[in-house]
Amino acid sequence: MKLRQLVLAASLVAAAATSALVSTAAYAQAKEQFFPVLPYRTGAYAPNGVPWANGYADYLKLINARDGGINGVKITFEECDTAYATDRGVECYERLKGKAQGGIFQPLSTGITFALTEKAPADKNPLITGGYGRSESSDGGVFKWNFPLQGTYWSGADIIMQFLTKKENGNLKGKKIALVYHDSPYGKEPIPLLQERAKMQGYDLQLLPVTAPGVEQKATWLQIRQSRPDYVLLWGWGVMNSAALKEAVATGYPRDKMFGVWWSAAEPDVKDVGEAAKGYSGLVVTGPGGKVIEDVKKFVHDKKQGTGPADEVGSTLYNRGLVSAALAVEGVRAAQERFGKGKVVNGDQIRWGLENLNMDDKALKKLGLDTVMKPLSTSCLDHEGSRSARMHTWDGKAWNYSSDWIEADTSIIKPLVKQFADKYAAERKLTRRTPADCQS
Amino acid sequence: MGFFLETLIGGLMAGMLYSLVALGFVLIYKASGVFNFAQGAMVLFAALAMARFAEWLPVYAGITSPVVANLIAFVLAAAVMFIVAWVIEYLVLRHLVNQEGTTLLMATLGITYFLDGVGQTIFGSDIYKIDIGMPKEPLMAFQNAFEGGLMINQEDMVAAVIAAVLVAGLSLFFQKTTTGRALRAVADDHQAAQSIGIPLNRIWVIVWCVAGIVALVAGMIWGSKLGVQFSLSTVALRALPVVILGGLTSVPGAIIGGLIIGVGEKLSEVFLGPYVGGGIEIWFAYVLALGFLLIRPQGLFGEKIIDRV
Amino acid sequence: MFYRENGQFKTSYQADQQIFPIAQDRWGVLLLIAFAFLAVPLWADEYMMRAILIPFLILSLAALGVNILVGYCGQISLGSGAFMAVGAYAAFNCWVRLEGIPLLAALLIGGFFATLVGIFFGIPSLRVKGLYLSVATLAAQFFCDWAFLRINWFTNNSASGTASVANLTAFGFDVVTPLQKYIFCLSILVVFGVLAKNLVRGAIGREWMAIRDMDVAAAVIGIRPMYAKLSAFAVSSFIVGVAGALWAFVHLGSWEPAAFSVDRSFQLLFMVILGGMGSIMGSFFGAAFIVILPIAINIVLPILGSLVGVAVSTAALTHAEQIIFGALIVWFLIVEPHGLAKLWSVGKQKMRVWPFPH
Repeated sequence: MKLRQLVLAASLVAAAATSALVSTAAYAQAKEQFFPVLPYRTGAYAPNGVPWANGYADYLKLINARDGGINGVKITFEECDTAYATDRGVECYERLKGKAQGGIFQPLSTGITFALTEKAPADKNPLITGGYGRSESSDGGVFKWNFPLQGTYWSGADIIMQFLTKKENGNLKGKKIALVYHDSPYGKEPIPLLQERAKMQGYDLQLLPVTAPGVEQKATWLQIRQSRPDYVLLWGWGVMNSAALKEAVATGYPRDKMFGVWWSAAEPDVKDVGEAAKGYSGLVVTGPGGKVIEDVKKFVHDKKQGTGPADEVGSTLYNRGLVSAALAVEGVRAAQERFGKGKVVNGDQIRWGLENLNMDDKALKKLGLDTVMKPLSTSCLDHEGSRSARMHTWDGKAWNYSSDWIEADTSIIKPLVKQFADKYAAERKLTRRTPADCQS
Repeated sequence: MGFFLETLIGGLMAGMLYSLVALGFVLIYKASGVFNFAQGAMVLFAALAMARFAEWLPVYAGITSPVVANLIAFVLAAAVMFIVAWVIEYLVLRHLVNQEGTTLLMATLGITYFLDGVGQTIFGSDIYKIDIGMPKEPLMAFQNAFEGGLMINQEDMVAAVIAAVLVAGLSLFFQKTTTGRALRAVADDHQAAQSIGIPLNRIWVIVWCVAGIVALVAGMIWGSKLGVQFSLSTVALRALPVVILGGLTSVPGAIIGGLIIGVGEKLSEVFLGPYVGGGIEIWFAYVLALGFLLIRPQGLFGEKIIDRV
Repeated sequence: MFYRENGQFKTSYQADQQIFPIAQDRWGVLLLIAFAFLAVPLWADEYMMRAILIPFLILSLAALGVNILVGYCGQISLGSGAFMAVGAYAAFNCWVRLEGIPLLAALLIGGFFATLVGIFFGIPSLRVKGLYLSVATLAAQFFCDWAFLRINWFTNNSASGTASVANLTAFGFDVVTPLQKYIFCLSILVVFGVLAKNLVRGAIGREWMAIRDMDVAAAVIGIRPMYAKLSAFAVSSFIVGVAGALWAFVHLGSWEPAAFSVDRSFQLLFMVILGGMGSIMGSFFGAAFIVILPIAINIVLPILGSLVGVAVSTAALTHAEQIIFGALIVWFLIVEPHGLAKLWSVGKQKMRVWPFPH
């Protein structure tokens, strides 16, 4: 017993000493641009987080393998698993931010985004929150360092409502629409926009929160059975999506009347349900892979450098992750155009680059991204870049595109964005950016 | 009226599903006085084992019939749970004989983290399918009495029957067999049981093994319902009010508690929820359990805590 | 040989009853506090402060509160996350609605509201005992989770249901840089630590311990169980509420109810049990173990892996972290079931009689 306790005490001292030796001030080598990655490969949301993370990593590897880096500057990246927990995400951010003079962080979690929104400006690290995060952060005048590229939740909700309006031949008056949402800031994001549209279009909005993680939804779907809404919007993540579909099957709600946001309509959500989920539709922001996927297969997977399994390449969330990485790379490239081609750029310069993205058809074709994403162009005041999506429907075995590209209606969204952004600025005692600030 | 009955039946069956998980807690507490914090992780581990074996068998052993594959996967998973039980007893419980309840609770926490890590390392962290042929479509009953019929979830009904059979079997096991009596003796007082010659170590392996198999059945049913992935371990938190309401040491209590909690949850969420914005079922279950506890502080069927002054 | 009371004579009751009667203890604690205030800021870099030290300080304050309830008074509480949340949101509402309120006042008011909630959910402890009591505190946990998500007034009607604060100042000093936050949290921790130590040494602390050990006997000798139990809930919830407000304001800056979920409650309970129940020192040990160890494993493993030429993937790293953490918990419990504080006191006892074995 004595020896045991001696060993125990010794190991405690050793552990304390080891943690004291942790040093994180190692900067990336000159001529290497560091990309911090905050994925979640474990935990409750891993099945959805892993394909996204694989797509992200594969694209970064592709740029090195195919192009030799960004104008000759090689990319290095390091992952730190957040397990979708805010405090782990904050710890990972603190650990990785010291490794370079500014890097782009993409936490893929609305909770972590909120926490990092407070820290990133002081540390001069841009935050790309493509398709998630704060909807009002598309206002670059207040949110200098947030970039909700390719559409916020308000844009997404708006697109779904436009799709449904068209389905009902332009008139939603008197219709019942139920929103089954993840009871968290992520799930609550679309509510202001849906309520605004309800006032405008005269439909009846029923809000049905599902307590995270959304494993037991019997009561929710019994309520849906009672109220029999015309359409059900699904705003879940992880197990909540497949659980919702299974409960829909169990209560007999037709899946073709269910429409999910882009985070509720991917392979992990329906793979398990299979044939029974046939007819379920959801938003998708990425197009079919095209040239970039071939390149990934050729330069990364064929050389045994693939981050995940080869059959995952080209799936919905994989493409999403890939495009997210592409946007980050283009931000760095744009920064290099102004501040020095072939040089390593810092956080402030990357932010300028992200604010001046101009990815038109020609540029996309050059990068091989012309089929997988729509043209995107940001500005000082518009950090969203593009706001269109289309529907895809599950046929039991695969997702098939089932609508044209729909663009979100800025006339409704812009006033909301300004209202909430102003509120944020007032709370923080921030002033809007001046035009002079936009030039830097 | 019809909808109320539907909600009621739905609640009863959801309650049975919670009871399945609650049984594991009760078993271990009853027989070794340990509150097994790792029960959720055991459900997940067992379900992962079964799902992955069912997936690997056709590939590596060429077994094509799904029924046979599922059966063999079940047996293999049960064997895995036996190994887990044996390892836990050998490495953990043996060294913590007669320690306080809180120490053992902490040890089960360590086991939780360990099982989570090992399970995801060996079996992976994706979503896996358990397909035991459960019917997925709803059944419309009593079409004459109610317009459109009462909707009954067939999968839940089968699960409820399985749970009832399991509980009946376990009750018989505890009451009628020698091993069952030995288990109850050990739960009462470790040292006294040891002094009359009951082999503590073997008893603990048996208890944890039985709890592991109960976890496997629970994992199989919940996994068939939801798909096997990490969130499955959170079902244990939903089953906790069931355990406490029914009494930590009572197997029938787990069932009755489950029924009460299930009905309470669903009725409150469907009928009270809309007035307060929804999402109340989890805390309502705990408040309901608390209400019952104020009347009977040891749970409905639990043993009275007798303090010596 | 060095750590003995020889030659230290107490000539007044005050000297005999002081908090650290042995001079070496006094010096040791003063040196430790000086080290924490003066030496650590010089040596720790920003990551160390932001990601390791500040969370450690705040969570050890919370563990202190939970230890008072669970360790000293014996009432199992699985709702500490909820009390942290109440403290955080109450402080937030004060901060946002009362213009110009001092930061410390907002934190203390947050603690006060946490006290009220704690007393309310502590009332079942008068009837229910042991593990069954955990259902009352779990009810508090899940109810608070729901309330802060559903009732928009608590989050100042924000669309997404998150609350955030910025530009903190205390006594004229900014609390913005990691160093300032560290000093702020450390000061609050030291003050509360001293207060808690004195409380548990006093009459009320003895009442709590009597209730914990044998509540029927305690009632027989005249200790009022209601007063003792509810005061334990009150004091514990106050400290936990202030810790929650600190966690939200100083560490996170912007938070949602999930930051105070049931996982946080379990984490605090485990800190207390592992650190040593009924020991102030134990709260710090437990917090250090549970906060710092996973991060240390996460950082050290890839280094070890590269030494033997094994590349550890991100997912494997997290899994390995969990496996090692779980195994370590079990190992510590086998070696010392009464927690790390007992190990510390055994060590101290050995030091007192050194070089003799006993």
